[in-house]
Amino acid sequence: MIRTMTHPRVTSPGDEMLAVDGVSVWLSGREILHDVRFTLRRGEFAGLIGSNGAGKTTLLKVILGLQAPAEGTVRVAGQPRSRRNSMIGYVPQKILLDPDMPLRSRDLVGLGLDGHRLGIPLPSRSRRALIDEMLAAVGAESFGDARVGTLSGGEQQRVLIAHALISRPGLLLLDEPLANLDIRSEQEIVELLARVAKEQQIAVLISAHEINPLLPVMDRVVYMAAGKAANGTADEVIRSDVLSELYGHHVDVIHVHDRILVVAGRGAALGNVHHDDLTVEHDEQAGAPLTGGA
Amino acid sequence: MGHLLRAVIEPGFFQSAPVRLALLFGGVVAVVSGIVGSFAVIRGQSYAGHALADISVTGGSASYLIGISPLLGFVGVGVLAAGVMDMIGVRRQGGRDLATGIVRGASLGLAALFLYWDTTHTNTTGATITILFGSIFTVSSSILPVVALLSVTGLGIVGVLYRPLLLSSVSTDLAQVRGIPVRLAGLGCLVAISVAVSLSAMTIGTILSTALLIGPAATGLRLTSKPGLAMTWAAVIGVAATWLGVLLAYDSFYWTSARHGWPVSFFVVTLIFLCYVLARRPAAGKAKRPGAPHRARAAGGLAAAARGSEPG
Amino acid sequence: MFSGFMLNTWVVATIVAVVAGVVGFFIVLRGSAFVADAVPQGAFAGAAGASLIGLNTLVGLGVASLIGALGIGWLGRRGRRDVATALALVVMLGLGALFLSFSVQYAPEIYSLLFGEVLGVSVNEITPIAVLGALSVATILVVYRPLLLASVMPELAEARGVRSGRMEMCFLVVVALATSMTLPVVGALLIFSLMIGPPAAARSITDRPLWAMALSVVIALAVVWAAIAASYETNWPVGFFVGILGAGCYAAGRGWAAWRGTWIAASGAVREAGEHGRETANVRM
Repeated sequence: MIRTMTHPRVTSPGDEMLAVDGVSVWLSGREILHDVRFTLRRGEFAGLIGSNGAGKTTLLKVILGLQAPAEGTVRVAGQPRSRRNSMIGYVPQKILLDPDMPLRSRDLVGLGLDGHRLGIPLPSRSRRALIDEMLAAVGAESFGDARVGTLSGGEQQRVLIAHALISRPGLLLLDEPLANLDIRSEQEIVELLARVAKEQQIAVLISAHEINPLLPVMDRVVYMAAGKAANGTADEVIRSDVLSELYGHHVDVIHVHDRILVVAGRGAALGNVHHDDLTVEHDEQAGAPLTGGA
Repeated sequence: MGHLLRAVIEPGFFQSAPVRLALLFGGVVAVVSGIVGSFAVIRGQSYAGHALADISVTGGSASYLIGISPLLGFVGVGVLAAGVMDMIGVRRQGGRDLATGIVRGASLGLAALFLYWDTTHTNTTGATITILFGSIFTVSSSILPVVALLSVTGLGIVGVLYRPLLLSSVSTDLAQVRGIPVRLAGLGCLVAISVAVSLSAMTIGTILSTALLIGPAATGLRLTSKPGLAMTWAAVIGVAATWLGVLLAYDSFYWTSARHGWPVSFFVVTLIFLCYVLARRPAAGKAKRPGAPHRARAAGGLAAAARGSEPG
Repeated sequence: MFSGFMLNTWVVATIVAVVAGVVGFFIVLRGSAFVADAVPQGAFAGAAGASLIGLNTLVGLGVASLIGALGIGWLGRRGRRDVATALALVVMLGLGALFLSFSVQYAPEIYSLLFGEVLGVSVNEITPIAVLGALSVATILVVYRPLLLASVMPELAEARGVRSGRMEMCFLVVVALATSMTLPVVGALLIFSLMIGPPAAARSITDRPLWAMALSVVIALAVVWAAIAASYETNWPVGFFVGILGAGCYAAGRGWAAWRGTWIAASGAVREAGEHGRETANVRM
């Protein structure tokens, strides 16, 4: 049984932005998600950590309403999941990078406000002011008039975040935003998101396969492996016993200064859960040590 | 001044009824093609636009056999083909073009058959040529209501779907999350393209149909990053090329003693091509900004100034 | 059907099918269906021009094909490829319209150039067609590996020193050669059908490139022979049968792939369920 830890702070139900309860998803005969459950409150910054194939993207799709779960429910701000929910802002990993696309950063951000409306938009000063404000909030003013197809990875992330935030969502979902960024941009985006979470009291869920960039700002982590999830604070979840149970075989967690290393064990028997007395001998049995954060 | 005008515009230009019709229809069609064509280029559907022109023509020529009005055949088959192309629904552009090519091949095969039946019955080989290279000067004013209807339909669809189409063209994920029915919007766009292309094919011929759909739009996209302005440019360039082409074609009648005019399509196509080639993408204004955004804050002023110089 | 004068047609058709299958494999792989359609259309304009000044139409076809193909390549470097193809095409068609407007009478060949003519092949056309065909196939086989790499994984190809720009130009030239020599039997408007239908079907059946190429030649042969036989019997244009059969190939290929896809998904589920617990290799912390 996977232990799920709830955050010790007691909060009123009105604070709860996202409640995932017992979600399971089957695709092409495989179980992609198994009994995933966690909640997220306003202002909380949560990391959805897992390797490729662990089911992170599928879980995000379920929350967004693009994938129906076989079992379980998802509630956003108390409402059951529907196809379009203005409470959710979404930042995909990457968008079209065609430099011919006649869309400036500010146009894309503007579409975050009314991209679903029919008809031709009339120019409006208040709309423009709002867009300018959003661009400034994410630090994108210097490339506000550049075509989205010519932006660098970090610049594009900022514009996408502005696009998602302009409609004042209560929940912000980001799909691997740090994947293609250099260290500097990574730090800046993380700081930006943490600031947004606290100042706007938005629940932020950011999926990543590396936990270390998020450690400084994360309130809780939802750790996924093989479709199953453990959630709680980093101290509660990133432990050898918890992760080994999650993966189904031995996993070691090593702390190096302020960073965390997770080392896979190949050849250890299934179901054999060791406590964290880390010695060099254990590492003989370990498979390739997984590289830690930079 | 009067001399210059008379030198450029041969006598009788504005008095000639066919010319006036050509200017009117050509202008309307250029506007519709330019605006709808912008979406076609953005979504990488140039081939679909080209294919739909010939498919419409096939539909028009087949209507005689089925007994429906040729106009209905023309437009109806075009819309139907758009639906089929959308249904085949492949994501990668190479795969989409493949599906378009197949549909076009089948329709051209049918066109070959219909023409064969037609020529063996009426014995005119010229029919082939006129269908493929239809001429703007042979348009009659009786189709004006149809032109108006189709124009309004084409422009109306893209006008209504303007924002959802832009968003879904940039990212289907973002569009889906906002609840936009991406497939439906795409189908709507393809139908609009089909209508615009049917309109242009029946008035100005299939060559100009494709040229006016793609060329001015592609040029507009190069000139500016603002979506609305790009479409305006497309319409303006299309109209200018068409009118100038009509003028040149009319004049060419007098250029040689043989009293033989050069075809309008040649002039218009050449003008459109020249516009495209001459319109440089403002690459200078969009030079890659240095490094990370926080360092760009200082350079941002420079970059902003550089970008401020871009046209439009 | 197999008497003397038809023999030429069968020979040429076979050559055409082989070339179409080989070149078409790459056309489908590179997603260049539009290019395959545009080059022969543009070439047709050249043929019209050639007949105007009294040149052999085949020469006009060849020259116009090359101009069109190279034009697409040149424009394609500046912008999107589909826009480049469309513009190159309409320019060639515009020129064609110009040339046609000068000719006092429409050459009777025009219809057959467009839609194909079973009886239209003469003995002295076989040699140049065979030579050009051999040249096209030989070129493809020579550049096979770099072209394949550049088509499927352009970044990897660049890393290995294969310039995709150069490969693209080379490929365009081959397409020009192939289309100009195959026009006479099948017709300008439908040769591209032969170059995309059978290879698309072949690719749906097998992933292995050489097998797919061989299969696309086989299917192309079947299509052309069937089309010629049918055209001979009914007197309907060859192009009609090629277009319809080409579409049939594509549909059959898609259907086969869909059916096999569902079969694979069902049988793969059991195998993969057991591997679900072993997900550690890529976790980075």
